[in-house]
Amino acid sequence: MNQTNSQPVDYNLKVVKQFTIMTIVWGIVGMSVGVLIAAQLVWPALNFDTPWLTYGRLRPLHTNAVVFAFGTSALFATAYYVVQKTCHVRLFSDRLAAFTFWGWQAVIVAAVISLPMGFTTTKEYAELEWPISILIAVVWIGVMVVFFGTMANRRTSHIYVANWFYGAFMITVAMLHIGNNLAIPVSFMKSYSIYSGAVDAMMQWWYGHNAVGFLLTAGFLGMMYYFVPKQAERPVYSYRLSIVHFWALICIYIWAGPHHLHYTALPDWAQSVGMVMSVILFVPSWGGMINGIMTLSGAWHKLRTDPILRFLIVSLSFYGMSTFEGPMMAIKSVNALSHYTDWTVGHVHSGALGWVAMISIGAIYHLIPILFDRQRMYSIKLINTHFWLHTIGVVLYIVALWISGVTQGLMWGAVNSDGTLTYSFVESLQASYPFYFVRFIGGLFVVTGMLIMAYNVYRTTRSDVVRKSEPLVAAQTA
Amino acid sequence: MSSFWSAWIIVITLGTLIALMILLRWNMTNYTGIEEGEPMGHTFDGIEELNNPLPKWWTILYWLCFAWGFIYLALYPGLGNYKGLLGWTSSNQGVLSLEESRLAVEKARAEGMNVQYDRERMHADDKYGPIFQQYASLSIEDIAKEPEAVKIGQRLFLQNCAQCHGSDARGSQGFPNLTDGVFNWGGEPHQIFTTIMQGRNAVMAPWVDALGEQGVVEVATYVLSLNGRNVDRDAARAGEQQFAICSACHGADGKGNTALGAPDLTNNVWLYGGSQKAVEDTIRHGRNGVMPSWEHILGEDKVKILAGYVLSLNAE
Repeated sequence: MNQTNSQPVDYNLKVVKQFTIMTIVWGIVGMSVGVLIAAQLVWPALNFDTPWLTYGRLRPLHTNAVVFAFGTSALFATAYYVVQKTCHVRLFSDRLAAFTFWGWQAVIVAAVISLPMGFTTTKEYAELEWPISILIAVVWIGVMVVFFGTMANRRTSHIYVANWFYGAFMITVAMLHIGNNLAIPVSFMKSYSIYSGAVDAMMQWWYGHNAVGFLLTAGFLGMMYYFVPKQAERPVYSYRLSIVHFWALICIYIWAGPHHLHYTALPDWAQSVGMVMSVILFVPSWGGMINGIMTLSGAWHKLRTDPILRFLIVSLSFYGMSTFEGPMMAIKSVNALSHYTDWTVGHVHSGALGWVAMISIGAIYHLIPILFDRQRMYSIKLINTHFWLHTIGVVLYIVALWISGVTQGLMWGAVNSDGTLTYSFVESLQASYPFYFVRFIGGLFVVTGMLIMAYNVYRTTRSDVVRKSEPLVAAQTA
Repeated sequence: MSSFWSAWIIVITLGTLIALMILLRWNMTNYTGIEEGEPMGHTFDGIEELNNPLPKWWTILYWLCFAWGFIYLALYPGLGNYKGLLGWTSSNQGVLSLEESRLAVEKARAEGMNVQYDRERMHADDKYGPIFQQYASLSIEDIAKEPEAVKIGQRLFLQNCAQCHGSDARGSQGFPNLTDGVFNWGGEPHQIFTTIMQGRNAVMAPWVDALGEQGVVEVATYVLSLNGRNVDRDAARAGEQQFAICSACHGADGKGNTALGAPDLTNNVWLYGGSQKAVEDTIRHGRNGVMPSWEHILGEDKVKILAGYVLSLNAE
């Protein structure tokens, strides 16, 4: 250990605690809404003929809740924690950190109210109307000031790789959010984008895909780079690999948006460049997976006894799988089959439930005992139960939508001997029905796991677990 | 696009790829001054980093992807205004009218360009065109009696018409039932054909301003009485006095006028509902019905087969 690291630091764990708890709360809310709309696809009557409960309004609520409420709260919680621990210094500003927590919760509550009421910009993952968009930008810049301010005050010679990823995620998402949301307000909750036509579509997917690339990938890689070596108690596999894949990932990801617009009015050159970059992206993406999984070399046996580590490592497997699948789907001829089908939805969920949720859940199980000064989580058995519920749920979900998606793609493309289409749209919808049911069951598994987690966390924070005498040392190993 | 933006795209695309190749090559050597497999010497909250080399299979994969990227960008349009060695393009881009499209197709063909959309269309026309053409010489009535043609017509119907008229062609509120023998624009084969080819715009004006609220109720009552409903006789009689306003389109006897698309009001067929309330709403606020034109989407041969199919649904 470095000499500087031996001096105790009074870390700001309050804001970390707040964001961590809200991650669990919003995770349950966002995923439950997901299960409801999955059920609506099987039983349409579940919208109860109420506008606020219709699929069209709840679907953006689901995506916003899981990406920006659950995912981003997890990122802020861990970024604030990791940057303090790896820079060996307290957060730059407690008051600004508190503002970012309450500001972010205000954004989420505004989303929960305005989306079911039908206020929307109609831009996917950027549906929130302009007053909320502005609040997001303000809070986001606040988070950046706290994060980079802390990094500037660091008492370590180098900047740890986790912080590169957190930093890249914050800077890029700020740029994407502000760029894509530029709009002219016409009333309090209505605005028009300043872009139009193919340019608007390109801006939207430049934003949309990089919300995936920088928020859901780079940000969570930052999380991975801290919690995997910490939980495994092993050194990071390769420093040089982390350099190569970090720079390659952030340089290439930003080009990948056009693959959402294959065979559209987007000019050919943009489609080609987007596809080439998306395919090359496969390799640097796997760099992160290799570095995470190989970090475990020499400690593989821990997977047998430590369900938290299992969450982290299986998340990397899903990460590897979806970052292979994504570049393949970006190839035009594959995209001709997969685009507009459930395959895309399945792909997103293998990333969101397999990678993002599992790495976050692993990190939370690691963090909770530390934040609440406990020896360990209340029940390791329940963590294990959660692990299996979640894994089975994700597998049910993505396999169902793979089958459903490929079926749809093939049915839509099937042609009779006279050149007419073999199937009408509604026939492909009927063929999807059984898989929608399986997907709903998969979602139920995942939400049940989240509820078990909430119970486990609650019991840990009560007096059910012994206090740790010495705080801030990794707890549940040994 | 201007040559500035073309150069901009080329420079940043190739620049990104080349810079990343240099980064990869650089990190394949051990420049750290630390032996391979040893810790880097900095620790973060107890986390160390090893100086392991990049996995070889991974670097090979990376080089292959770069190579493939350059080949693709050489073959296909991607680098600004550069068209690619294959002369491929997805469609004639920047076309704003059918006439421009026709000229663009001719130009591309003359220059030997590979325009995927045109090529696939031509291929489809060559392959499937004769199947539709073989019915072109038949009359619509004969098509309606030709089982194979009716089958093709049904497929065309399911893909293009079922969205509004339903898979069974029985329509729904606002969308006519095509199986009941009632055709507002005429049920003769040539009339059905014209309706599909050119589309129709049906306009019923709102009458509440002219008739007043009570007048609307009375006229609606009268209209229902024409269909053998049990109604308030006084109201119906009052409505009859005011029906002159309606007769301009629907005729004095209320039997409609196919030239205007004005429905027959005596056959108990209701496009927008036949309850007292629905008929009142129709009179009060008017209605707008739109059937799109299919001439440029399907072409004459297919429309003819569709007309034959619709006719066949009303055969008996």
